[in-house]
Amino acid sequence: MIDLPPYPPLDPSNYDLIIVGTGVSESVLAAAASSSGSSVLHLDPNPFYGSHFASLSLPDLTSFLHSNSFSSPPPPSSPPLPPSNNHDFISVDLVNRSLYSSVEISSFESEILEEHSRRFNVDLCGPRVVFCADESINLMLKSGANNYVEFKSIDASFVGDSSGELRNVPDSRAAIFKDKSLTLLEKNQLMKFFKLVQSHLASSTENDDTTTVKISEEDMESPFVDFLTKMRLPPKIKSIILYAIAMLDYDQDNMETCRHLLKTKEGIDRMALYIISMGRFSNALGALIYPIYGQGELPQAFCRRAAVKGCIYVLRMPITALLLDKETGGYKGISKMKLSVFLSQRRLINKRKVARGICVIRGSVKADVSNALIVYPPKSLFPEQLTAIRVLQLGSGLAVCPADMHVLYLSTLCDNDDQGIKSLLSAMSNLIRLPDPENHQSDSVVENDTCEAKPILLWRALYVQELVKGEFGGTISSMPSPDGNLNNNEIVESALKLYEQLMGSEELFKEETSVENTTEENDDGVDIED
Amino acid sequence: MHGRPRKASKPEEEAASAAKAVKLRSLQSQFMKNHHDKIYTEEAIELSTKLLEINPEAYTAWNYRKLAVEDSLSRIDSDPNLVNSILDEELRVVESALRQNFKSYGAWHHRKWVLSKGHSSIAHELKLLDKFQRLDSRNFHAWNYRRFVVELTKRSEQDELQYTDDMINNNFSNYSAWHNRSVLLSSLLAQNADGFMPNERIPDEYDLVHSAIFTDPDDQSGWFYHLWLLDQTLNVETPLLTSSWPSHGSTIILSGAGCLNGSSSKFTTFCSESGSFPLILYFDQAVGGVSSSTVTIDSELKGNEDLVWEPISYKNSQVSCVWVTHLKYVSTDLCEYKVKIRVGNSPGIVSSRGHNFRAPYEFVFTAHVHDTVKDSQEGIVSWTDGFDIWDAKSKDLNSLITLDQLQAEIDFKWRQEAIDSEVECFGILSDSKIGKLTLARLLMAREAMVSDDAVKGVRYEEILQLYNDLMALDSSHYQYYKDEHSVAFLHKMTSSSESLSRHLFRYRGMNNLVCLRLNNLSLSRIASVEKLLFVQMLDLSHNELHSTEGLEAMQLLSCLNLSHNRIRSFSALDSLRHVKQLKVLDVSHNHIGKHSVDTTRYLCSSPLSNSEWSQDDVGRQNPGLVTKYWDAYFVLRDLNLKQLDIAGNEISGNEFSSFVLQVVPKLVWLDGQKLGN
Repeated sequence: MIDLPPYPPLDPSNYDLIIVGTGVSESVLAAAASSSGSSVLHLDPNPFYGSHFASLSLPDLTSFLHSNSFSSPPPPSSPPLPPSNNHDFISVDLVNRSLYSSVEISSFESEILEEHSRRFNVDLCGPRVVFCADESINLMLKSGANNYVEFKSIDASFVGDSSGELRNVPDSRAAIFKDKSLTLLEKNQLMKFFKLVQSHLASSTENDDTTTVKISEEDMESPFVDFLTKMRLPPKIKSIILYAIAMLDYDQDNMETCRHLLKTKEGIDRMALYIISMGRFSNALGALIYPIYGQGELPQAFCRRAAVKGCIYVLRMPITALLLDKETGGYKGISKMKLSVFLSQRRLINKRKVARGICVIRGSVKADVSNALIVYPPKSLFPEQLTAIRVLQLGSGLAVCPADMHVLYLSTLCDNDDQGIKSLLSAMSNLIRLPDPENHQSDSVVENDTCEAKPILLWRALYVQELVKGEFGGTISSMPSPDGNLNNNEIVESALKLYEQLMGSEELFKEETSVENTTEENDDGVDIED
Repeated sequence: MHGRPRKASKPEEEAASAAKAVKLRSLQSQFMKNHHDKIYTEEAIELSTKLLEINPEAYTAWNYRKLAVEDSLSRIDSDPNLVNSILDEELRVVESALRQNFKSYGAWHHRKWVLSKGHSSIAHELKLLDKFQRLDSRNFHAWNYRRFVVELTKRSEQDELQYTDDMINNNFSNYSAWHNRSVLLSSLLAQNADGFMPNERIPDEYDLVHSAIFTDPDDQSGWFYHLWLLDQTLNVETPLLTSSWPSHGSTIILSGAGCLNGSSSKFTTFCSESGSFPLILYFDQAVGGVSSSTVTIDSELKGNEDLVWEPISYKNSQVSCVWVTHLKYVSTDLCEYKVKIRVGNSPGIVSSRGHNFRAPYEFVFTAHVHDTVKDSQEGIVSWTDGFDIWDAKSKDLNSLITLDQLQAEIDFKWRQEAIDSEVECFGILSDSKIGKLTLARLLMAREAMVSDDAVKGVRYEEILQLYNDLMALDSSHYQYYKDEHSVAFLHKMTSSSESLSRHLFRYRGMNNLVCLRLNNLSLSRIASVEKLLFVQMLDLSHNELHSTEGLEAMQLLSCLNLSHNRIRSFSALDSLRHVKQLKVLDVSHNHIGKHSVDTTRYLCSSPLSNSEWSQDDVGRQNPGLVTKYWDAYFVLRDLNLKQLDIAGNEISGNEFSSFVLQVVPKLVWLDGQKLGN
């Protein structure tokens, strides 16, 4: 670590709120709190914005993963504070808990990558996209953070299986019409189901209309997978709806391994997000968009918004300890001061983990498609595959990698590292040519002819990230780690919850809302490049 | 735009629109003055521009601009730059008017007019269209204009077809795109362009439209296109002869008036007072040009060299499906003649759509001429007794088989396969009304194509059931389904000799007339007449018929029972005027005269303006009654009825009866009463 010059003293020295870490939820909170007039100090030990949501160059990503993993030696601890007994506060040491394990990074064409190393903006929390109707988009529009980010559409969405074939996800009327792999009857059944959901959604917004079809209360409480069966949808369609539209992780047909059996109500909500996203912006191709320059742009946009509203930013500021008041347990100094800290050390959720993989490839997994989402439903790759594997391919158009290359993000939920990594490797070998032929001797003969079409792996990172929930209450609250979801909705939700706790019922981004609405009436507000 | 709810306007909006109206009115009056005084100065033209930008619907203003353009063009000696600048200004005005309302007929028409005068850039037009079609992809004005521009640019039809592909892929609820597709494909198929052979292309189109229909059966666009495709599949452009009377290989017995009773029941016996018998040709579509040069007749029957062929048409047109001529015979020589007919040996028979009859057909029948004892017995024809069971071995049913032989000569293979796969496909979508209807139509089409006796007619039960379901499901289209049900029933009945002969009888009372009894079948429409040309006596009583349309082809018909039907006026019997043999007509117990307002009456020109009747005896003697019963008059006057039953109608009564006697002086029986001389 480079010795940095000491920071100049901060002025003012008292804040309503001190936030450590610049992940999505912290940044949203910072923007919201500053907007409502609170004085906020926003710190981050890293030299970049975004914390675990950052987009980094390949070397930076490598070092960040290593320095935040269990296997690496603990970071050199700062000189211990002088014994504090003689003061009226106590010191609580903060240990930056490592999130990552089984980090394995391999480079196969180092020279080329080094040449372009600064042209990569690789997400730590991938695969992660934005639904057009996401809460984070609403918040951006409300806060004005939308002015700092541009998006592009994800061109296509596929479902994959062990055969290596990628089939389009028939997620809209036009897509169902165009789909070549569905039978006519399947088209009919799928569209019927979409219509039922749409009619149900319409009836819940205009509750006076009795003519529209509504899903019964009883069905809403039953498992979604049972409801789909009841609607006589064939297994193929069920799988598309469950894993490629509702974006579920766990095998809904296997009660033993399914950690989260989705109710119809939740399923309809998830479909609603997808359906509303499809139609939200006229210049978006589908439901999903992605920020140009990477996911790290999102927390940064909120930080910039916060800075405009007077939030003070200090990066490269490691927090080693908290000083708590002896009597109250609160902070020394101004009683109003509240502190929000990233990462609870206590609440690990059943030791759940998400295995992530990043591949830099030459070529594309599907001809003529650059930005695409691919879902492998449970059991689609191998019988023991318990959870869905999601893969996101992004191209140079999004300024995340050099031209002619693509970045591939993979993730799947897992209970242990081996299980997760195995799933990711299986998806990788399905999509790309792995450079090490020794592992695949048995396959090589069979795959020979298809091999040529598959993109070549240039660089790969595999790591397993622990899932940590946020914890609020008291004067110190903590925020969640990146979750296993495809979007930031739950992350943003927790930030809003905390905001409510801190600020009460004060309206979110009140001021900005009124300005925005009058000036940009005809604009969608969100920049989506064609 | 589609599917956008109309919002009630706010008070301030109403105020604004009132202000706009005031401004518009003043502009309008100024403009009208300019127009009237033929002022084409720059200021005057500018005024019309303003008017059109506010109200693109001001058609007069567009016309004024046309005059103004003509005026300025006449003054500038065709300097191309000046011409272009004048025309470009017009295009600009149209564009801004279209921005105001892109469904303005006047604006689109003006643009076409300007383009026909000359233009600087046609590429700009396509770009502009893309813009409008992105705003509203179904805007038919834009599509119309697109076709116009495409013609100007000579853009290939294949490219345009690709454009409809893109538009349909974007949103398949685009009837304009489907329609344009059908226009382009019709043209490409007609040219037999590369890759556009009907047998290859039509199945592909079925695949495309299936995706639309199955994805969203509630959307109409796909169904319309499917209907068009079905039409393309079934329509054989070349006209074909479907049947004739006498049919190939048949034997007929000809005799003079008052024929002998008890002649052989195996043949059709035809009696005629005039010494001639009809020869009927029935084509699958309306044709013209049937004459003694296009149809040649070889026989020893003398005096038939210059036959006159008459189209039997509901309207007075020179094209018809049915053509008839009358062959003379002399009843004194007891003899047997062979008659050989060759249809279409020399060209000249042309369908109403301009396609030539290209499958010459030859048939032969035998005619026995019997000398008969004159017997002027004129007994009443009874519909209740005197019928003998049909002899199933009769050769008269040959006409049913003839049809199939004719069809087999044309290549039906791909059409049959296409329909077969459609039937299979729509079997699974028959839970909706349109699904049922389509399946029923497909099955009908399939039955019409099947020539294999083993599978022939097996689907009719299903068709009838589908129409029954539809009648129950969709009461607002009940009558249509009912009619189709009747058609299907009649097709079924005529699909085999067995089923037809169940309804056939011989009427002893009149020389063993061939009688078809279709009473009590709740028929609402007549069909399959081409297979029933040999019928001489037809019982259609106790049905739900509204009209006799179709019966005109049955030239042998001499007795017709229409009692207990739903005939509402004599106009509905108009087609019977062509049935010259008709002697006995029962229209009792119908609704003739019940409805004081007869809708068909308003479609006819006033009978008073018709000069024909006023010179007629009856017309001169009794103009009041003719005016009152003019529809009865026109029909009955042309018939040679001996027996008429009219009781049980609102119209019947003493006045009408006396009128009938005047119009039909030869009538012997009226409502079961023999009339004294």
